[in-house]
Formats: sequence, C-alpha cells, structure tokens
Amino acid sequence: MKISNLKFMKYRRLASAISISIFLISILSLSLRGISLGLDFSGGTLIEVSYSSPVSLESIREDLETNGYLDSQVVNFGTNLDVLIKVADQSGNSSVGEDIFNILSNEGVPINLKRVEFVGPQVGDELRDQGGLGMLIALFMILMYVAFRFQYKFALGAVAALGHDVVIILGIFSIFSWDFDLTVLAALLAVIGYSLNDTIVVSDRIRENFRTERVLDPEDLVDLSLNQILGRTIVTSFTTLLVLFALFIFGGELIRGFSLALILGVIIGTYSSIYVVANMLMSLNLSKEDLAVPEPEGAEFENLP
Amino acid sequence: MNKFSIYQYLFILVILIIGSIYALPNLYPTQPSIQVAYTDSGKSADQSLLNELEVVLTQSQTKYEDIFLRENKIVIKFKDVETQLSSKTLLQNSLLDKVIIALFLEPSTPQWLKDIGANPVKLGLDLSGGVHFLLEVDIDSAQESRLELLLDNYRKSFKEERIKFETSFVENLNLFFEFSDKQSYNRALKKFRDDSPVINGVQYIITEKPSTNSLMLGYSDIALREIRDYAVGQNLITLRNRVNELGVSEPIVQRQGSNRIVVQLPGVQDPTAAKKIIGKTANLEFRMEANSRTSPLRKEEFPFKENEYQTAFLEKAVIVSGDRVTNASTGFDESGFAQVNITLDMEGGRAMQKATSGNIGRKLGVLFVEQKTKSELVSNSFGESIIEQSSYIEKNIISLATVQAVLGTSFRITGVGSPAEASELALLLRAGALAAPMKFVEERTVGPSLGKENVELGLKSIVIGFSLVVLFMILYYRLFGLAANISLMINLVLITGIMSLLGASLTLPGMAGIVLTVGMAVDANVLIFSRIREELNEKEPQTAIKEGFSRAFVTIFDANVTTLITALILYIIGTGPVKGFAITLSIGIVTSMFTAIICTRAMVNIVYGNRNIKELRV
Repeated sequence: MKISNLKFMKYRRLASAISISIFLISILSLSLRGISLGLDFSGGTLIEVSYSSPVSLESIREDLETNGYLDSQVVNFGTNLDVLIKVADQSGNSSVGEDIFNILSNEGVPINLKRVEFVGPQVGDELRDQGGLGMLIALFMILMYVAFRFQYKFALGAVAALGHDVVIILGIFSIFSWDFDLTVLAALLAVIGYSLNDTIVVSDRIRENFRTERVLDPEDLVDLSLNQILGRTIVTSFTTLLVLFALFIFGGELIRGFSLALILGVIIGTYSSIYVVANMLMSLNLSKEDLAVPEPEGAEFENLP
Repeated sequence: MNKFSIYQYLFILVILIIGSIYALPNLYPTQPSIQVAYTDSGKSADQSLLNELEVVLTQSQTKYEDIFLRENKIVIKFKDVETQLSSKTLLQNSLLDKVIIALFLEPSTPQWLKDIGANPVKLGLDLSGGVHFLLEVDIDSAQESRLELLLDNYRKSFKEERIKFETSFVENLNLFFEFSDKQSYNRALKKFRDDSPVINGVQYIITEKPSTNSLMLGYSDIALREIRDYAVGQNLITLRNRVNELGVSEPIVQRQGSNRIVVQLPGVQDPTAAKKIIGKTANLEFRMEANSRTSPLRKEEFPFKENEYQTAFLEKAVIVSGDRVTNASTGFDESGFAQVNITLDMEGGRAMQKATSGNIGRKLGVLFVEQKTKSELVSNSFGESIIEQSSYIEKNIISLATVQAVLGTSFRITGVGSPAEASELALLLRAGALAAPMKFVEERTVGPSLGKENVELGLKSIVIGFSLVVLFMILYYRLFGLAANISLMINLVLITGIMSLLGASLTLPGMAGIVLTVGMAVDANVLIFSRIREELNEKEPQTAIKEGFSRAFVTIFDANVTTLITALILYIIGTGPVKGFAITLSIGIVTSMFTAIICTRAMVNIVYGNRNIKELRV
C-alpha cells in the first residue's frame, strides 16, 4: 500500500493566519453581536401549535398584540402548518403558555397543542453558568489527562485545538444569529469529545514516529505522521458526517441545531487536529529529546514551566 | 497465532447473551391499559371492586382482553386506544369519585423476563408526551414560619414566668426580643442558653446586646440546612401524594439540587389541571375568634373569602392546622350546601377537644391559607430594572361558626363554596400540606402527537445513518467491513440492553447520542484496519493483524477515555436533555470499545486465525 506524501507543514504559517483570523472574527462577533440565546438560557415561554390548514402568521401576531403580548416572535416551525410562538419573560409568569393557547383556540380554527416550554429567569441564568463551568472543567480534565499520558506540549496543543473549535462554532452561531439552546450546548460538548478523539490519534502517531523513526527533521516527522493517518482521518470524518447528515435531514426540527453544530464541529475538528495541534507542536519546538526515553509515570509534570 | 482461547470466546458469548436478553423486552409491543385504584389511599383494591368493574364493562358490552389485581390496583388491558379511552370515561362516570383511573401502556413483556428485571427502555417525556415541571421551594418562608412559631412559644413562656419584654418580632430570619429590665434580660438569656443550642433539634445562635437589654436568636448553618432538607423532603412527600391523586402512572417526583423538585407526568395532556393541584399550597388553620378580652397583640384581622370587605378578628394561636388531617371527604349539609367532612389524627383531636371544651358558645374560625405569587419591577445593584418574583400568603376566613359541642377527631366544616371547590379542598387536605410554599420555575409540555413524531424521526435518522455507514464499510473494507458491521449491530443491542437494565430513559438527544456513538464506534475499527494495511507493507499477514490490533488499541483507549471524561462531566452538571445525551454517549463509548476491539477481533480470528494466509485484503 502506498502512503500519500503531502507536505502539510509547508502551509502551516498560512493555516495559522487563517485560524487566527477566523478565531478573531468569532471573538469580535461574539463580543459585538453576542449570541442569540435560546429559551433554555434566556428564560421565557415557547409554545408550538399545529393547524389543520395554513394560517397567516401576521394574523396570529395581531391577535397576540391585541391581547397584550407586544413583543412576541411568531414563526413557522418545520412546515407551514406548525407555528412556534416565543414570548420573552413575562415577569416569570408560568401561565403565559396556557393563556396564549386559549387566545389562539378562541379564533375558531381548530388547533393542536404540540408543546409548551416555560423557563423561569433564574433557571436560565443557572443553566448558562453550569454550561460554561462544565466546558471549563472538561477542558481542564482533558489538559491533565493528555499531559499525563503524553507530554505537556501535546496537552497545550489539544487544549488550543479545543478552544479553537469551540470559539469558532460559537462565532458561527453568533454571525448567523442561530439559536443557541441546551441541545446545541450538548453538541458543543460532543464536539470537544470528537475533536479530542482526532487530536489523540494525531498526537499518538507523532509521538510514535518521534520515538522510532530515524529522520531527524521534526517537520518531516510530522508530515510523515499526518500522511500515515490521512486515510483513517478521511474515512472516520466521512462516516461520522454520513450519520450527522442523516440526523440533520431526517431528525426533525428539534435537533436541527444540534446536528448542525456537530457537522460544523466535525469539519473544524478534523482541520484543527491537523493544523492546530501539529502547528502548536512545531511552534513549541517538539524535539526527539522531548519523547526520547519513555519517562516514569508522573515525571512529565516536572517539565511543566 | 491469532487465536482466542475457548474462555475468551465464552466470555464474549456470555456478554452477548446477557445483553440480548435485557434488550429483548423492547421487541414486545405495549398494550393500552387502564389502572383503577380507590380514591381513599388507605383502601386497597379487592375482588369486589374487580367484580364491580367487570359488571360495568360487560353491561356496556365493552371488550377487554384481561382484568386482574396487582398491588392495590386493578389493571384492565384493551385491544386498542379507542376502547381504552371510552372505557375510562365509562368507568369514571359509573364509579365517580370512588376511584382514580389512570391510562397507561402495559408492556407485554413475558413474565420470565420481568422476573429477572428485564423491562423495556423507558421513554423520556419528549418521546412519550406529557408534562414536566420544575418547582422551587421557598426556603425563606419555611424558616420564617418556624421562627413565628418559636416566637409564639417564647412569648407564652415569658408571660408565664413573668419575664417582662417590651417588643418582640421576627426580622431578617432572626427572632428579636427587647426586655424591660436587666433582670428579665438575664433570666431570658439563661432560658435561651438552657434551650440552646438545640431547640426541637434545631441549632440556634444567640446574639447578646446587654446595652439595650435585647437578645437575638438566629439559625446556625447546620440548622438552615436541616430546615431546608426538611422542607424539601416534606414537600416531596406531599407532591407524591398529590400526583398519586391525579392518577398518573409512572410519575417522577425527584429532588434536584438543594431546593428544587422535578415533577414529570408522562401521558398527562392537560397541564393546567395538573398545575392547579400540584402547585397549590392550600392549607387550613383552625383558630378561635378573638373576643373582648383578647389582647391586641394576640389577635389578627382577616377578610372573608366570600366577601373581602367583611372582616373578623381571630386569635393568633392556631389550634390545629391542615397537616393534622388524616382524611377529608365531601358531602352535603341539611340545606344542600357542600361541606367537607374532616378527620383529624389523635394529637389534632386532643388539641381540638382542649380548645373547644372551655369555649362552647364562642365562634371557631376556619382560615383558608393560600400561597400566591406576585411580580414587581425593582432595580438591581447595576441600576437595571429587573423583575423580582415574590410569594406571599393570603389567608381568608371560609367559615366562622359557633361551637355547639366539644369537638374531637371528626367534624365538618361548611361554607366551603361550590361542590367542585369543596372536593378540591378535600383533595388538598387529604394529600397533605406543603411545608414551604413553592413556585414554578420551569415547565415543559409535549403533546402526544409531537412525542410520536419525535420517536419516528429519531428512529428514521438512526436507521438511515446506520445503513449508510454499514454500506460504506462493506464497500471499503470487504470482509473486515462485514466484521465491523456485525460489531456495530452488537453494539446497538448492548446499548439497548444496558439502557433497559439501568432503567435510564431514552430522550431525543439520547437518540442523537446513539447516532454519534455509531459514528465513533466505526472510528475504532477504521483505526485498526488502516493500521493493519500499513503493517502489511512490511510484515506477514498474521503479524500485521496482531500488530494492527495491539498498536491501534493504545490510540483507541486514549481517545475513548478523554471522550468519556467529557460525557461524565456532561452527566454531572447537566439536567434533562443534556443528561439524556450524556447517558447514551457514556454507555455507547464503553460498549463500542468492547465490540469494536474484542468482538471484531474474535470474528477476524475465527476467519483468519488458523490459516496460513499469503495475501490479505483489507
């Protein structure tokens, strides 16, 4: 079997420039535009109803306005028979959903209640804090594990890649004003898992080659490693994307945001395992000496600056 | 050389068999059924109720498949949902309030599977349809009401012991007393010290202010935690009782965090009705009407429920409150008005007897205590205006009647409004009072049509994604791909089996988690196979297989451990949908390691292990 011989690291400065600029654009968008928080984090009431025949959203809006709901969002959800209404928090009042359903049923057109979600303001805040905290704990634990199993340079590479992926996905959600809800948060955490999977595979091969191959130039060693696992990287990303596209297309409206975030995550994660992790290792001057002798357990920690 | 020992094969086989057995119940269809229980929780369903139900069903020529007695309840199975629904209406109309009828789906799992604890996977609310509530217990008000009680006791005993005090009140969760002179102050301090640090199992902290002759009593941290645990625990019990009264099968009532309670009612379609019963903090207080000799400090003015402009003074001391009620039922008095018949427990009966025996001719007031929520706009420390929710307690007099005779454990109260209001009050009294008020902080209702839609969509995307992957693997890796595909199927069976065994609920994000595991399980095999391909460049096929598996193992292990760390953190910090995702992801990671590494290896060994292969195509 022939292994490809692509010079990945030749373009590493270009890749760094691209990564850094997309990263900065994401940060800029996040700080200027913020992120459109879904109901889970913002608090408020959401109600989904289905009609037997298409209705005009405008008439529903007017109907709600005359009944005192001035800033409600009314949109179609999936089909033009399903209508989703979002009302920002009304003084933490948990009966808004019932009220709106009654207003709409009084219009004389038969409707079917599909779901009502009410999230109080304090719950939303807590979920947001929990989510952020979870992400930080996850990153830290992974940093420790990789530093322990590999070497601290790999750990820095892994965490840089994860931070890169998470911030860019958040940035894309911010730029396109897509709703960020609990399922997207779950997807983001799954992306951490997936991207990490890729990162470990890459790191593992780099470590192996640095220890065993006779070539001396680190750049050649990294290129060799990336080429050796290229087949695997493509196949795995492809099969995972197959499944995710099935979810995105057939999984229904409720998990569309979830599958979208994961699709982005798999693509970005695959890229970052090559260009962020390997790049980081090159920049940190990973040398054969770093990995030469398998050190006794725990000794890696002494290398920490 | 690539051979497993007979024990290794046996081990794999045993795990496969166990996994399959526990996944098996999911293949049996569920059957629409109803469950009938007596409204009075003290009574268990018996043969006579069963006969009664049978007669009603036979008379109306309703077809049912089976009727039997199970754990205080009678279960009736039907062929279809229509008969199930019409029978529920039929039975409820003929037996009225005597019984509670709940709809549910009875799994048709064979007995031998049930005996070993194999049950089908539970569906989460987003898949089954139903209502989810998150309630927050108002701990502050629980503490305050405890302090009020303590205040009352101290006032009484200070009076008896002639310890003179000027003012006394509860403020900022502290009990405050200002004494008239040094001597009273010292005697009270001694009394506090004697009682403290533990009064009724609760620890207090005494703050002395000799300069103003005043004393403060506050809770210690341990006491605060105890009060919180007590209030939440008590509310949990009460909520369970109330949910049982609603007649929902398989409800979930659980504590979440320090002061929240999750209530999940699968199958409930009317959240309004459920909320009314669950969220209501109705209680009753029995107090004597204040007369001319009652000091102004010891009486309170309350409006009547019927007419808020009419008020009356009642004594501050509560004779008995709703938590002493052991049974309550509705009836009608001589003139046809609704009334509630109340039975108290022994202690309540004694207190009532003691209070009424000296007071025949005086009036006894019944206070209806209700917790309500109001919201107001306030500015926070940043000057932004935010909405603050606060709960307050409204107390109204529902009856003020002259005591005709000494009352004991059972009596009746009138003036409770319409028959419907009377039966709601009776229900709330039966279910017990809440130890502390609660408010709804989250509510999700999923209609049955959406639930069904979600199941279909989830299954569809799993099947499609799965088929695409299987097809690709066969085309790309041939025989090795087939082994990987068989492992993938085994993986799905194991995930289902473990989910059933753990009793974890499957949610829509959970399904997404399974889909993701399928994608990641393939990765392990892809890693192994591409490694074998590489090794084939330099080594013999048998050695290549061996090296491929063992070298890839390290990578797969590290990758899976780190993903498992993420999944576990998700499980610990997450709630609801995130938790569902984390559960299936964690199970999936573990099972996929087993199937992708061990099962695939076993298959490869069986095919290639004993042969001398010249050429290997991966």
